[in-house]
Amino acid sequence: MALSEPSASGRFGEFGGRFVPETLVPACEDLERAFRSAWGDPTFRDELDSFLADYAGRPSPLTECHRLSEDLGVRVLLKREDLNHTGSHKINNVLGQALLARRMGKKRLVAETGAGQHGVATATVAALFGMECMVYMGEVDMERQALNVFRMHLLGAEVVPALSGSRTLKDAVNEAMRDWVATVESTHYCLGSVMGPHPYPWMVREFHTVIGTEARAQCAALLDGGVPDVVAACVGGGSNAIGIFAGFADTDAELVGVEPAGGAAVGRGVPGVVHGMRSYLMQDEFGQVQEAHSISAGLDYPGVGPEHSFLSSVGRARYEQVTDAEVIDAFQLLSRTEGIIPALEPAHALAWISRDRAELAGKTVLLNLSGRGDKDVGQMMEILG
Amino acid sequence: MTPSGALDEGLAIPPAPTHHGELETALRAGRDRGRKLLVPYVTGGLGDEWVDIVRAVADAGADAIEIGVPFSDPVMDGPVIQAASEQALAGGATPVTILDRLRGIDAGVPLIVMTYYNVAFHAGHQRFASSLAAAGVSGAILPDLPLDEVGPWAVAADAADVETVMLAAPTAPDDRLPRIVARARGFVYAVGLLGVTGERDSLASSSLTIASRVKAVTDKPVLVGVGVSNAAQAVEISQVADGVVIGSALMRRVLEGEGPLGAGAFIAEIRAALDAG
Repeated sequence: MALSEPSASGRFGEFGGRFVPETLVPACEDLERAFRSAWGDPTFRDELDSFLADYAGRPSPLTECHRLSEDLGVRVLLKREDLNHTGSHKINNVLGQALLARRMGKKRLVAETGAGQHGVATATVAALFGMECMVYMGEVDMERQALNVFRMHLLGAEVVPALSGSRTLKDAVNEAMRDWVATVESTHYCLGSVMGPHPYPWMVREFHTVIGTEARAQCAALLDGGVPDVVAACVGGGSNAIGIFAGFADTDAELVGVEPAGGAAVGRGVPGVVHGMRSYLMQDEFGQVQEAHSISAGLDYPGVGPEHSFLSSVGRARYEQVTDAEVIDAFQLLSRTEGIIPALEPAHALAWISRDRAELAGKTVLLNLSGRGDKDVGQMMEILG
Repeated sequence: MTPSGALDEGLAIPPAPTHHGELETALRAGRDRGRKLLVPYVTGGLGDEWVDIVRAVADAGADAIEIGVPFSDPVMDGPVIQAASEQALAGGATPVTILDRLRGIDAGVPLIVMTYYNVAFHAGHQRFASSLAAAGVSGAILPDLPLDEVGPWAVAADAADVETVMLAAPTAPDDRLPRIVARARGFVYAVGLLGVTGERDSLASSSLTIASRVKAVTDKPVLVGVGVSNAAQAVEISQVADGVVIGSALMRRVLEGEGPLGAGAFIAEIRAALDAG
């Protein structure tokens, strides 16, 4: 099955939808119309493609990991989204959304961020297109990702701490939505993952499909049979995972999303509704959303994009969990064997490959290396002493 | 296998029952007597005194009372209701404990539960609607459940005779408002401004605009909430609307330590101003 367009109400199976205050419904409808029109417009596509090539540095390479593969007994290929401008896959989506915002006549962007990668990417395109930018970030995350906060300031964005709840990504989304409710006429909410109300999960997937499309062609050139046995990616909201899954959903490749054990919405959640969508959600017996706990600020989220819930429910993708300790090991493993310091987020996917290497022995695994680890070096210095 | 082929429950909106429930009957009766309607909001489960505060605002002249059932992620609420919700949750409040207390409250006016959709969704639509009815609650407000998604909940609420209040936002285009008011039961909640709940220095001009736009398309009671902060603003907007919802202005006083007496006095002051016109 190829990944398909959601239903008229924005559903992937039973998941998705548009659960937003009435105030935001017309804005979501406008955005859906604008996206449909732009996505079918060759001029828009050409302009986006040229920014992806000349500004973001696409296509990103596919790297064969010789020493790591020998070490694990698993052939590992890396899709190098860490080499994009701003250091992660997030630039794909924000270039698309900023061009769309410009097309809609909106001159202000608001965004939420966890690890700061989406915030940095949004601040970057706001600078590029001369837009005002405000980024909401949990107070806890501002502390552990201080470097990214400074980068956003350098880029001219305002960073506002989210002080409620767990003071992480979930609360940053709440604050961004509250901002948007008040400023919807002039502001585009540049949502950073395949989550939120329709059309975001679908639109953000489409902007990241470039990852899977490139990787499919690169694998076709490199591999006998053309496709890897397994495609693996970390999942918080799930944008980098859905981007690479999109290129292989219609193949025999197994799709594996890797969640942090402390924020495993698919693995430990039940269907719920928050942040505009119905999806798997970690919640208590009364439907209160639980706080996630992960070493990785970018995956520290109790929900997940609705299409992942759908892919899990129909059995097209499976979702594994890894612990913080396993992630710390994987972070060092890739650094030492390949000379690549990964972000803590994609280190989750490698942690799964490393832990389950017996099961994967002899197979070829394509791992989406969604970001580079510079932002995490300070945190790792403290952990590793 | 395409998701598009699945039943699209998000699109089916059942028509609202034509009979008036307890809430709408009471509000219409008040309006017919020439009274401007006053609906205070009280966060359920906040501290020991919240039930006494509900009784106090009832005695002070409320026509109905919104009971907030706190949710972990209240995206339509500003700092005051957020703080009240967090405190109530930290104190152990749950939908069950709050509804248990409401069952015996005998406030003498209709009660409306204000919560977020996941609380109802997680409990199960039918089970949650029945639990409201069993606790003597007449209506429900779910601010993150827009018209397009209300269907499955509305079926259960209608069956339990719980009136689902619909919100009309300033951003709603003209062709959306008639659909919203047609589905509204109890009253139509006109959202006074672009933004979350909270006090404002002056009444937003958007309040008057949305109130008159909604009044033009329905004879159901139209109350304005979000940003209505004091007696003068309540009087001003009630020139156009049938009444007001007062939330953050009341809950700020409660958070600052004013008990049932102070809460009652604040609502009595607004009541008197509305009655004086």
